[in-house]
Parts: sequence; structure tokens; C-alpha cells
Amino acid sequence: MTAAIEAIDLKKTYPPDVQALKGLSMSVETGTIFGLLGPNGAGKSTTVRVLSTLTRPDSGTARVAGIDVLADPIGVRRAIGVVGQKHGGAPEATGRENLTAQGEFYGISGRELRGRVAGVLERFGLSDAAERQVKTYSGGMQRRLDIAMGLLHRPQVLFLDEPTTGLDPEARVGMWQEIERLAAEERMTILITTHYMDEADRLAARLAIVDRGRIVVEGTAAELKSALEGDRIEIELAAGDGDGDGAAARAGAQLALERIDGVGEVSLGDGTLYARARDGGAAIPAVLAALDSHGVGVASVTMARPSLDDVYLRHAGRAFRAADSEHEEVAA
Amino acid sequence: MTAARQTWQVTLRGIRVLLRNPAYLGITLTQPIIWLLLFGALFKAITKIPGFHGGSYINFLTPGIVVMLAVSSAGWSGMGFIEDMAAGVLERELVSPVWRGALNAGTVLYSALVVSLQTVLIVLLALALGANYVGGLGGVLLLILVAALLAAAFSSLSNGVAMLARQREALIGAVSFVLLPLTFLSSALMQQSLVPGWIRTIARFNPVNWAVEAGRSAAMQHIDWGLVLSRLGLLLALVLICAALATRAFSTYQRSL
Repeated sequence: MTAAIEAIDLKKTYPPDVQALKGLSMSVETGTIFGLLGPNGAGKSTTVRVLSTLTRPDSGTARVAGIDVLADPIGVRRAIGVVGQKHGGAPEATGRENLTAQGEFYGISGRELRGRVAGVLERFGLSDAAERQVKTYSGGMQRRLDIAMGLLHRPQVLFLDEPTTGLDPEARVGMWQEIERLAAEERMTILITTHYMDEADRLAARLAIVDRGRIVVEGTAAELKSALEGDRIEIELAAGDGDGDGAAARAGAQLALERIDGVGEVSLGDGTLYARARDGGAAIPAVLAALDSHGVGVASVTMARPSLDDVYLRHAGRAFRAADSEHEEVAA
Repeated sequence: MTAARQTWQVTLRGIRVLLRNPAYLGITLTQPIIWLLLFGALFKAITKIPGFHGGSYINFLTPGIVVMLAVSSAGWSGMGFIEDMAAGVLERELVSPVWRGALNAGTVLYSALVVSLQTVLIVLLALALGANYVGGLGGVLLLILVAALLAAAFSSLSNGVAMLARQREALIGAVSFVLLPLTFLSSALMQQSLVPGWIRTIARFNPVNWAVEAGRSAAMQHIDWGLVLSRLGLLLALVLICAALATRAFSTYQRSL
């Protein structure tokens, strides 16, 4: 199988000193859905920008549909479809007008263009709204138009940058079905970025977790999860004793937990202790006893089968949600 | 052919925005009328200045107002790109193989068309106010051409500033900064022999002045072909240079993404 997308050691720094990509490499097999999963600010969108020729990397190389993005950006642009995070349609133009202009931008015109426009309008359920201005469309309709515009020229590789962000749950499921249909019927290569675990889990045949400008792990969702042996235990500690003596007690408790047989990967962050246990149900009493003997109060205990969240925690060294909000603090 | 069709799609988008936005259309069509009436009333006494030999006030002012409006109208061209950056429209266009020149040329053509329409309105209103188009219909068409060329140059400049500055405020600042000085450093509102020598010197290099001189000579006087053709040539060169610069600004913008 040949690779539809091949990136080697991409680096990109934004002024003054934000390293968005720190040597990212990836490979996507032709005809598959590949998910790039990561918190906000991990470098997913920068990766898509580089691969879609919107911007150039500081170093590294990439080929999309067999074409070098630096040597022949126009060739790449002809071969790809891109659906960005924001709606790309002109709000004052109708759906049909937007699609027509898009077709001309890709060098399609005349009867061929009219036929294709009618075809995608029909296929994405927009025929009735074709003569309405896009600014009157609902969020889900705008998203469908975005995808229709991205597919009009029949690209070999489709980039979907956070396609369901901002959609209501119903529209989100509709979008997932549409993406699955594209992959199944058109055998198109699709690169999807998302910061929703469930989205990556459901859609992507293979996925890579991106953290701080690098891919930290890659595989099928099942592979990644089964690589984590055992259950995950999450203990929310009682508030109020995170300083001074309390902090020392927590550190002591963490060490004590690590010594319990069958418990490992203990980490402490944000008032929560995380641990992994071969058999969660059997380990919990011992864990609680250890915490109690160190005088650490417990607010709640949760146990779960491995999820992609755990995969992220294992490889990035912190919880996904914490990384997400950490970025928002930096941005704010 | 493809380049021309892509350019037309961009122009068409501008025309749709204009036609589907009644307030915007209304302002675009009434602004020429208000400017001519206002500046006409303000400068009516210009003919009484000793040494003024420009004919009737309306004959003298009409080309000046046309040119001033051309700069002001086209100067806002880049605003569309700043909105498109925020909306994601520009990003979609830039990942397509569309010729970058078409994105600029399409808005330039739109600006030239709107300014031509506004010029026609001014010309008709001035006629009603007693203007005497010595150059006949041909002269008036040359005046429209001059206004369209000036608008084309400033539209490209505005697009270039928008792509580099990427902020509404910066573009508003640039347009306000440029409009009045360029108008006053020309013979748009005042006969050149009545202004200080240093203004006359600067005016020689001012594209607004090239346009006023050519338009006035073609439409309002016995046409001086040497003057009109040389100014047309200068304006055409400026249009091409500005378009090339604005097109390059797209790659500069992309490098910053």
C-alpha cells in the first residue's frame, strides 16, 4: 500500500517563540481515515496547514498524493480538498453560487460544473436551500456546504480540521455518518483532526495522538487501548489540604500506592490521583487504606476500562482535559 | 481563460454583496450626489478668486470630485479581505489552486466598475447643475476611464495593506491618512497656479493629480492629447505595479500563517 500522506520531521515555529511543530512525522495509507487527536494547541491545525500548502514548514518534508508540498504546492492543491475549522462559504452568496465559484477556482466550468454543483447539492441535502444565501443556513447546513465545496473537484485526499466543533449533538452524528460514507463509498483518504476522543474512536481506522508539536503514539484505537493493561483508577482528593503538610502527605500516599501489588503508573495532578491496576475492583480497598493511613481525604473514586483518554495520559504524562485547559490559559 | 473566469467570479461576489445589501447600495449611490452638492456649495466662490481661469465652478469641480470619490471608494477594497480572513473564506481560497492574481484583480475590477457607476452619476448631476462638457461624450468616457484606473490602483494598494496589516483599524488609518492629503496636493479642488510652489512640485508626482488633470482636460476643456495620454500611461503603469505588489502580498500573508 502506498502512503497518501507522508510527513517527515516537520518543524514550525511562530514568532516570537511558539514551537507549533517539533519534528512531526506521520504516514497515512491511501483510502483510510486517519485521526489526529490532541488537545487545543497541540499542533494539529498547523500540521493540516503545512500539508494543505497554506503555510510552509521551517524544516522537514511532506508529500500528499505523491506530490511534494514544497516543490509543487499547486499540484497538491489540485489533489486535495480542505474543510477548515471555520465556515469557508461566502455568507452573502447562495449555496449554488458558492459552489460555482469554488468550481471555477479549481478550473472546472460550463456544463461539467453545473452538473457537479447540482450533484453535490443533492447529495448533501441542500437542493432546497440552493438558492438561499448561506448566512441564512443553520450550523449543520453550513458544515454540509463546506464539505460539498471541499469535495466538488473530487480530491484524492480530504482534510477535515475539527469538522464537528460547534455542532449540536444531532448534527455531529450526521456529520460522522457522512464521513463514514465518504470513506466507504469513495475510498478517499481522509485526515481528520479532532479534540474529541469519541470522534477519533468512532471514525479513524488509525489515529495518532499529538502533543506539544509531536506525535506521541500511533495505531488503531483498539491497539492503543489494549496496550494499556488493566483498569484505570481515578481518585479525586478532598479539597483544602493541597499545601504544606497536605502536599507532603499526598506525595507519601503516592509512593505508598506504587508499592501496592498490581498497582502502577501512579500520578498526581490537579487534585486527582491516577493509577492503573491489573484488577481495579481488588485494588481499590488497599488503595483507600493507604490513603487513609497517610491522612489524605478522598472526595470520590472512579474506575474505568481503558479509554483513549488513558492512552493520552500514558503518553503525554497528563490528563487530556488538563492539557486542553492549560492551553486556554496560555492563550488567554 | 481560466484566469479571466476566476477573476470574474471574485468580481461577481462583490457585485452580489452590493446588490443584496440595500443600505450599502444606497450609500454607494447617494455619496457621489452628496459630495458634488456639498463641495459644489462650499467652493462655489472659487471663480471669484483673482487669477482663476478654470471656467464655471461646476466645470472645474466635477473632475475633482470624481477623482476624490474614486480614491475614497476604492480605498476600502481591502476591508473585504480582512473580513474573509476572520470568516475562513480566505483560507478556503488559498488552499485552492486559484490564481492569486485573480483574487486581487477581481476586487480591483469591482472597484473600477463601482467608481465608473458613481462617476456617471456625478457627470449627470453636474450636467443638471449646468456643467458644459466641452469634450463631448468621448471626453466624458475618458474621464470615466481615468477614474476607473485610479480606483484600480488604489484598490490594489488597499488590498495589499489589508493582507500585510490584517487589521481593520490599520486599513481605516491608512485610508484616512492618505485621502485628504492626496486630494489637497492636487488640482482637484484648487487651480494649480493659485497654490504654493511646493504643492505644485509634489502634485507632479501625485497620481490623484495625474487623474484630475487628464479628466479635466478630456471632459471639460479642448482636449490636450499629450497631457491626457501621458497621464493615462502613468496611471496604467501604476495600476500594473500596484496589482503586482498586492498579488505578492498574498504569499507574504501565507508565510505568516
